[in-house]
Amino acid sequence: MEKIGAVMIAGGGIAGMQSALDLADSGFKVYLVDSSPTIGGAMSQLDKTFPTNDCAMCIMAPKLVETGRHHNIELLTNSSIKDVKGEAGNFTIKVTKTARRVREDKCTGCGICTLFCPIEVPDSYNKGMKLRKAIYVRYPQAVPPTHTIDMEHCIGCGICESQCKANAIEYAQSDEERELNVGAIIVSPGFDEFNLELMRREYGFGLFPNVISSPQLERMLSATGPYRGLVLRPSDGKMPKKVAFIQCVGSRDRSIGNPYCSSVCCMFAIKEAVIAQEHNQGLQAHIFFMDMRAYGKEFDDYYIRAEQEHGILFTRNNRIADVSQDPKTQNLILNYIKDGEMKSEEFDLVVLSVGMVFPKDAKNLAEKFGINLNEFNFCDTDIFNPTSTNIPGIFVAGAFEAPKDIPGTVAQASGAAAHASALVSGQRDTLVVEKTFPEEIDIGGQDPRIGVFVCHCGINIGGVVDVPEVVEYVKTLPNVVYAEHNLYTCSQDTQEKIKQIAQEQNLNRVIVASCTPRTHGPLFQNTIRGAGLNPYLFEMANIRDQCSWVHMHEPDKATDKAKALVRMAVARARLLEPLPKSEIEISPSAIIIGGGVTGMNAALMIAEEGYDAYLIEKTDKLGGIVNRLHYGLRGEDIRKYLTELKSKIDSNDKIKVYLNTTLENFSGFVGNYEAELNVNGNKETLKTGVVIVATGGKEYKPEEYMYGEHDRILTQLEFGELLNEGKVKGKEFVMIQCVGSREEHRPYCSRICCTHAIKNALKIRELHPDSKVYILFKDMRTYGFREIYYEDATREGVLFIRFDNETKPKVSKDGDGIKIEVLDHFIQEDVALYPDYLILSPATLPNEGNYDLAQMLKVPLSKDKFFLEAHMKLRPVEFATEGVFLAGLAHSPKFFNECISEANAAVSRACTVLSKRIMEAYSAISVVDEFKCIGCGTCEEICEYHAPSLVEKGSGKLVSEINKALCKGCGACAVACCNGAITTLHFKNDQILSMVESAAEELKRESSKPAEEAQTGASTSGAD
Amino acid sequence: MAGEASTKPPADSEHHEAQTPPPGEPINLIAFCCNWCSYAGADLAGVSRLQYPPNVKIIRVMCTGRIEPEFLLHAFELGIDGVLVCGCHIGDCHYISGNEKAEVRINTLKKLMDMIGIDSRRLRLEWVSASEGTRFAETVKDFKEQIEKLGKNKIYIAQS
Ligand code: FES
Repeated sequence: MEKIGAVMIAGGGIAGMQSALDLADSGFKVYLVDSSPTIGGAMSQLDKTFPTNDCAMCIMAPKLVETGRHHNIELLTNSSIKDVKGEAGNFTIKVTKTARRVREDKCTGCGICTLFCPIEVPDSYNKGMKLRKAIYVRYPQAVPPTHTIDMEHCIGCGICESQCKANAIEYAQSDEERELNVGAIIVSPGFDEFNLELMRREYGFGLFPNVISSPQLERMLSATGPYRGLVLRPSDGKMPKKVAFIQCVGSRDRSIGNPYCSSVCCMFAIKEAVIAQEHNQGLQAHIFFMDMRAYGKEFDDYYIRAEQEHGILFTRNNRIADVSQDPKTQNLILNYIKDGEMKSEEFDLVVLSVGMVFPKDAKNLAEKFGINLNEFNFCDTDIFNPTSTNIPGIFVAGAFEAPKDIPGTVAQASGAAAHASALVSGQRDTLVVEKTFPEEIDIGGQDPRIGVFVCHCGINIGGVVDVPEVVEYVKTLPNVVYAEHNLYTCSQDTQEKIKQIAQEQNLNRVIVASCTPRTHGPLFQNTIRGAGLNPYLFEMANIRDQCSWVHMHEPDKATDKAKALVRMAVARARLLEPLPKSEIEISPSAIIIGGGVTGMNAALMIAEEGYDAYLIEKTDKLGGIVNRLHYGLRGEDIRKYLTELKSKIDSNDKIKVYLNTTLENFSGFVGNYEAELNVNGNKETLKTGVVIVATGGKEYKPEEYMYGEHDRILTQLEFGELLNEGKVKGKEFVMIQCVGSREEHRPYCSRICCTHAIKNALKIRELHPDSKVYILFKDMRTYGFREIYYEDATREGVLFIRFDNETKPKVSKDGDGIKIEVLDHFIQEDVALYPDYLILSPATLPNEGNYDLAQMLKVPLSKDKFFLEAHMKLRPVEFATEGVFLAGLAHSPKFFNECISEANAAVSRACTVLSKRIMEAYSAISVVDEFKCIGCGTCEEICEYHAPSLVEKGSGKLVSEINKALCKGCGACAVACCNGAITTLHFKNDQILSMVESAAEELKRESSKPAEEAQTGASTSGAD
Repeated sequence: MAGEASTKPPADSEHHEAQTPPPGEPINLIAFCCNWCSYAGADLAGVSRLQYPPNVKIIRVMCTGRIEPEFLLHAFELGIDGVLVCGCHIGDCHYISGNEKAEVRINTLKKLMDMIGIDSRRLRLEWVSASEGTRFAETVKDFKEQIEKLGKNKIYIAQS
């Protein structure tokens, strides 16, 4: 059967969007199908994301917009899958698109219809806490912005039709059948929330008005939510002072059928508590939890800060059994145990941290696609193939595979995309169309005509800065011909509007005053390209991260500063110039640094995608730390897997393995990197398009608990090896967790050790049924389905004793034996144990080589010395430096399956580069004025990249010439040039000085009396 | 417009009297931040909602190595009271050594400033990484206090 170069993705949340963008950017046609009228999924309902407190909409909006307008992604919203036929490489899918009764090609999303619609219904996007109309759009930044008529509530009055200027309403619209022909399928329908109605008896949800769910609180915290970002009691609209969070509602509870852990609720609750305290002054949050599962990268830092800096109260408890209500005040009463005593406390508001369950559509999808579900109706996968279903050609990503956070979801989405594209890699570029921008307008000789768009960013800016006032001010500035404010400038509809206004008003410079150019610059640059403007005619004023957020309590001064920042941007914009485009050829190969399981998977996937892979390993064999593992949690045969993986690598002629090899030197730029290797002492140079860092991590050698002083005190890995060889004899075993992790000097959690301990404990019990096993722990962090094994261990009689940093166990020698003393918190008594073995769960450490490698590749490290990705949530496997990626333990401690997902994810991201033979780039580089250059050679000396060199020109004169491909545009040569012969484009002297002058203007206005006069006077001088 | 112009200045001056002790005029600071570390650090201060004085306005450059002494001198000439230059820590410059070059230039410039009668403490070079939001906010606070002690930039006052 012929293979098809297209992929269908079922589910348009953050996972679906990521897969779609990866595939569409690497040469495949994508159909993104979502049952909702808009894409965006659960992430669109979040206010902030942990652990960086990034505004969720702000980081997601660029992806929404990109997905919505990608020329190779077709959105099929409001659609469901009816039928699937075919096999890997060639599937035929029938999709029904339910009528919206609003035409997608005509609706502009202006929202006039919603103003006039007389019917109001509870808004599910806002968790029923707000009303929406019967004709509506799910959220303000929705993609597509097309409205939908909710036929369940529409009374057919026809008012919307009469009001719609675009004639987009079409009552008679009927459902549409579509047939899609694709090579691969990715299923990413997300998750659902556990139905809290089922806990009505215990927690009074739906009965007591002041008991709400964590997603409801999230909507309250959002600027677009029911109370514009404030937390209010539903019963009386008052500000709550005391708020309790109850964790694990609908999770870790076999009695309701959900024994697994939902993985994200601990961090979610901490984040909500922090943000709620920030939004409502005087609010005190109190979190009741069983284990605090802050297992991800820099999560523990966040947890510590929440407790120490934000003063959030944490109380460890068994599950809170019930909540009762004081009928008069509608306050809620919680009973809990603190320091061994039963307490009863009243709260103004109770938040239930609701667990994740399988998506509503799971069973239907399973039936249509023939894929297997696990016992909890999530998609079944195995650790070696974390994104593959049982059906070849159908892949899975996101929370449908297991409850997980956003970075894990994004990594899986890219990982699944890699599998999908590898399957049909031969059909790359067969069904896609080239992206074209309108012909660039020549603005030569035109006076600057500047358009300014000032963003409210919900209340992020508008809540502090008087945005309309800024707009009025901007209108008075020279060369500004248009200014307006927007709720979210980054939303799809505003992007369209910017384009339209640029054309109508003949703008030749565009300024957006909003967040930071680091994240949003490229988005707006593309927008103005769509209006025929060179992207370098765009300028941004950062009035959020560097103004409203840092001057929250001084609204007047923040408004003044915002005006000044925009004025400076206008001053600079007047002098901006279009930059020329250049083309870069991409070498179709990848270097993978690190030959562990992560690196091996990455190499294999690169080869399957059709490119050459160079796999570099510093030791004499492949496999890394996994060489020391034998079996997985479910008894998976890791040995066998590794052997097979090695033979696949050996037999693949697109992969070249370099053992005993290190990277000595690294230079170049995306598509054209050059790596100097030391192969067994010999030098070799490789040219490559991209680099994947998969250098792994290592086990900490404990310095505590008498490790190394007794032959039966071992690490989990060492013990695992003994156990596997059948050399373990004994009756009593003690494990100590968090050895070297979650300490003051190393605050992070090593993520895998709890599960590792459970795995070994279960194995001991299996091999020695009459043995006793103790696990001494701080928190058991067996997140996701790993919780089941924790449960098994408890059932098996493994004993758990908790300690914290103040009450660490004491280890000593007892004759030949080992003695451990520990305080049992539960019975508040010291116990002494005399085990045959003491097994330590040591931290996972970053490699020592990380620092040098980071220097060489010019990429950053985190404070814990792991590699630091470009963005913690949405760019987990790439660096800010184009063409350099990362995966696995190099990023942070993680599990086997997570490493494999990430390895594939890095390849998927890399393919967005490798699939282009030629990449277009604009170059903000330095250029030499031949007439001014005296050929002194200073620039040649000073440049770190050897970009300038002296060449002889016609007359025999030596002048400097800058190599475009080598120049990075840092501007060092421009400063060094004593004759002013070098200009750094986009950062020219006058462009920078104009901002300095504009910044000083304020002063002139203040020092001379009549404000208006001084201001205009100063502006004129600024324009000189 | 005219109506507005006549109502605004008194309101403004009242505001300043109430907020700051005499001589009262708010000081005006600019900060040059390199794109890769310090600008990101300043953004992080925002993301973490760390509050610092609004007197400072940031100008983004790709690298501190791009900063011409002329930019700094011109700022003082125009009446800016203090200039902060923030770049990557030594060894971390995105362009390898731009910050080292900046350090040399700024030290030389400081000597020159003292010679021509501008207190060189009005110019400060700081290394702020992308993860040092706190350091950025603290630096601005501290710098503002220092400049407040030094008072307004006299070069400018002498000029006007
Ligand atoms: S890039 Fe930050 S100082 Fe050079």
